[in-house]
Amino acid sequence: MADGTDISRRHFVQVSAAAGGLMLSFSVAGKARADGTTAPVLNAYVTIAPDNVVTLVAKNPEIGQGIKTSLPMIIAEELDVDWAQVRIQQADSKPAVYGLQFAGGSMATPMNWDQLRKVGATARALIVAAAAANWKVPASECTTASGVVHHKASKRSATYGSLAAQAATLPAPDPKSIVLKDPKAYKIIGKSKPQVDTAAIVRGKPLFGIDVVVPGMLYATFEKAPVFGAGVASADLDAALAVKGVRKAFLVGGGPELNGLLPGVAVVADSWWQARQGRNKLNIKWQDHPTAQQSSSGFAAQADALSKGAPLRTERLDGDVAAGFTGATSTVEAAYAYPFIAHAPLEPQNCTAHFHDGKMEIWAPTQYPDAGRQLVAKTLGLKPADITIHMTRCGGGFGRRLANDYMVEAAWIAKETGSPVKLLWTREDDLRHDFYRPAGWHYLKGAVDKSGKISAWHDHFVTLGTAGKPASSAGMATTEFPARFVENFKYDLSVIECGIPTGPLRAPGSNALAFVVQSFIDELAHSAGIDPVTFRLNLLGDQIFVGTAGKDGYDGHRMKGVLELVAAKSGWGKTKLGPRQGMGVAFHFSHLGYFAEVVQAHVSEAGDVTVEKVWVAADVGRQIINPTGALNQVQGAVIDGLSAALGQKISIEGGAVVERNFNTYPLLRMKSAPMVEVHWNITDNAPTGLGEPALPPVLPALCNAIFAATGKRLRSLPISKDQLKV
Amino acid sequence: MTYSLNVDGKVRQADVEPGTPLLWALRDSLGILGPKFGCGIGSCGACTVHIDGVPVRSCATPVEKVGAGKVTTIEAIGDTAIGKKVQAAWTELDVAQCGYCQPGQIMSATALLTKTPKPTDADIDAAMSGNICRCATYTRIRAAIKLASGQKSGV
Repeated sequence: MADGTDISRRHFVQVSAAAGGLMLSFSVAGKARADGTTAPVLNAYVTIAPDNVVTLVAKNPEIGQGIKTSLPMIIAEELDVDWAQVRIQQADSKPAVYGLQFAGGSMATPMNWDQLRKVGATARALIVAAAAANWKVPASECTTASGVVHHKASKRSATYGSLAAQAATLPAPDPKSIVLKDPKAYKIIGKSKPQVDTAAIVRGKPLFGIDVVVPGMLYATFEKAPVFGAGVASADLDAALAVKGVRKAFLVGGGPELNGLLPGVAVVADSWWQARQGRNKLNIKWQDHPTAQQSSSGFAAQADALSKGAPLRTERLDGDVAAGFTGATSTVEAAYAYPFIAHAPLEPQNCTAHFHDGKMEIWAPTQYPDAGRQLVAKTLGLKPADITIHMTRCGGGFGRRLANDYMVEAAWIAKETGSPVKLLWTREDDLRHDFYRPAGWHYLKGAVDKSGKISAWHDHFVTLGTAGKPASSAGMATTEFPARFVENFKYDLSVIECGIPTGPLRAPGSNALAFVVQSFIDELAHSAGIDPVTFRLNLLGDQIFVGTAGKDGYDGHRMKGVLELVAAKSGWGKTKLGPRQGMGVAFHFSHLGYFAEVVQAHVSEAGDVTVEKVWVAADVGRQIINPTGALNQVQGAVIDGLSAALGQKISIEGGAVVERNFNTYPLLRMKSAPMVEVHWNITDNAPTGLGEPALPPVLPALCNAIFAATGKRLRSLPISKDQLKV
Repeated sequence: MTYSLNVDGKVRQADVEPGTPLLWALRDSLGILGPKFGCGIGSCGACTVHIDGVPVRSCATPVEKVGAGKVTTIEAIGDTAIGKKVQAAWTELDVAQCGYCQPGQIMSATALLTKTPKPTDADIDAAMSGNICRCATYTRIRAAIKLASGQKSGV
């Protein structure tokens, strides 16, 4: 996904007339693919109609992160129009036109901030040039505001809409001549704008994948083996076909790739409920599969055994770890563990597909549509250019819809059926066929010296994977904190063979590693008798920056900034707390964002945890683009993290998932949601994303608060009541 | 079978088998797509509709149990004074993230405010804890209910 982030080097502006108005396009020189999908096509974002209505394209998938609003805000600002005159159009998946279109890694803001400002500013320059030519005045004497060009000296003005057609005939300006606004002049960026779909959302309008209706459409369900990847031994297709409304029931051979089309049985009917009734009659027998030997308890036992021996390999070694322990004043050893968890977006996986005239048309709630196109093309033997993908609003994503397994299923079933088909999974399908946040185990030993700093850190990380390679999102970077901040540092790795599919879940890696690292740092602070905030400030030390900016860089100064801010705002060390009430702190850097959080929690004698309040200090650079959306993201991410800490666990038995639905996979509800107070630490750095980095610190901050309240150290998730009762 | 259902002020004919949940009669038979499918076991509240003003989980309500009950969905709740206020509060505070659960949240909130015009936090907890928001917009849902009821939101 890193490719294509810098479009500026290889785009040129192209101007064309569109429906009597201006359409500003950016051509991407692009790499021509063998399949021919990248012809020199145009990349259009801005259309201005004669009535001065401005239509801006939202290029990326909307999954609840607010990107359909915030990216067009950037264009509108530099175009210098009023937000009220703007209409938003959701783009289809057209990578040759829009470059990368995906929702992942909190990357949309850093990848598009410069580009989309230039898109808006270039369109404005063309409009101004048209006005200047008409009035025979220098463009430099013209000003703009609210979609109108003014020439003060001659008291003339003209709307963008009246100039657009003419502007469309002008040559594209030299990109070097484009001047971006002084942020002090911003009228849209930095001002709260409600989501562009809010009015439709509150009225229940059809926006989501599940709401797609295509004339003549049938409805499908698809059952796969509980044991990941197992094939179909037998199924009673006739029994399914006997159910009223069922049109087709057939086996899908699939393949062995867990992120591709898997074997299963499809049932297609006039309505989804009928398809589901048919499915209930299938009486499927599944083939044996080696993954049936795997289980959560088995993985844990293997991790324990591996921790006692030499690791598979040492990933990082700094300084003299043995010496760091020898000279220490306190030493702590601890084993940490976290489980598989599921994404469980509230809209179950679904996709509508229609195969006609050798071409596939797809309507999908997906976070990465072009990856879906490639998967469908490969699996069905189609040309990528013959696959159209319309992006619907997604009812949540959290990383789940970066995989397009449900898309390839829908495409296959639609081709086999010959009609448009909407495939819809059940919640049970969703929980049993996810790409889970992988479970992991950390065997830690650390020491503090007499100066109060960590003198040695040794982590033996036991993870899941294949042939010695960590599975998707199961790895840990060699630069993961506190690497580079502890002189004597060792990171060992062992890998357990695993057939359970894993993948990125909101703040991948970080959502588990922050819990381990920041909890263990807390243990070291307490072992040394040092206040947890002071201890962390000492650990960050005076290093301003380690690593390389834009790659593995970590700015200790920015982290200290948010840590000091959250301590001040939360009344750290100054708040009088009652019995079994405590405050905990943690920080974490991920997705280019610096976050420090404090949790105040109470634990009853029965072991019930009440999260009373969370304080967040965040540094995502110099500009919050849409404050209302940004605050919502941070509050949601924090509560999402608490939800994971307090209840989420996917258990594997016999190679299959045990949990079935929300009654056994509890998500946090209203009654448990605390107040989350957010403070921005504005620093002079490029703006970065907010979908993910607020989540990781809240898990250790909660566990550290529980330690402060009860003296009990939580080293495995989710938090269980039994661990905490008196 | 054909069931006569009074939905959003109109009597409509749903041709579905007995045992079909109301949700699927609404969505697939009548084309009323506002109520959402989330769990199928009445656990998440995305499918919430009102029957005679009482919030029910349409995914776990067989169509034959509806009888002559008046079904109101998110698509018509704005025709009621309280529903309109709730939708306005949701809009003003920009509650939604992905928005998928919000039709159900709004239906539960409207039922709460109809019965309890000035709900306390405890009332809100009790009435709204049957609705999951996976994006966890609970802070704003609470504030929007307070706003719609003319109380200070405290957020």
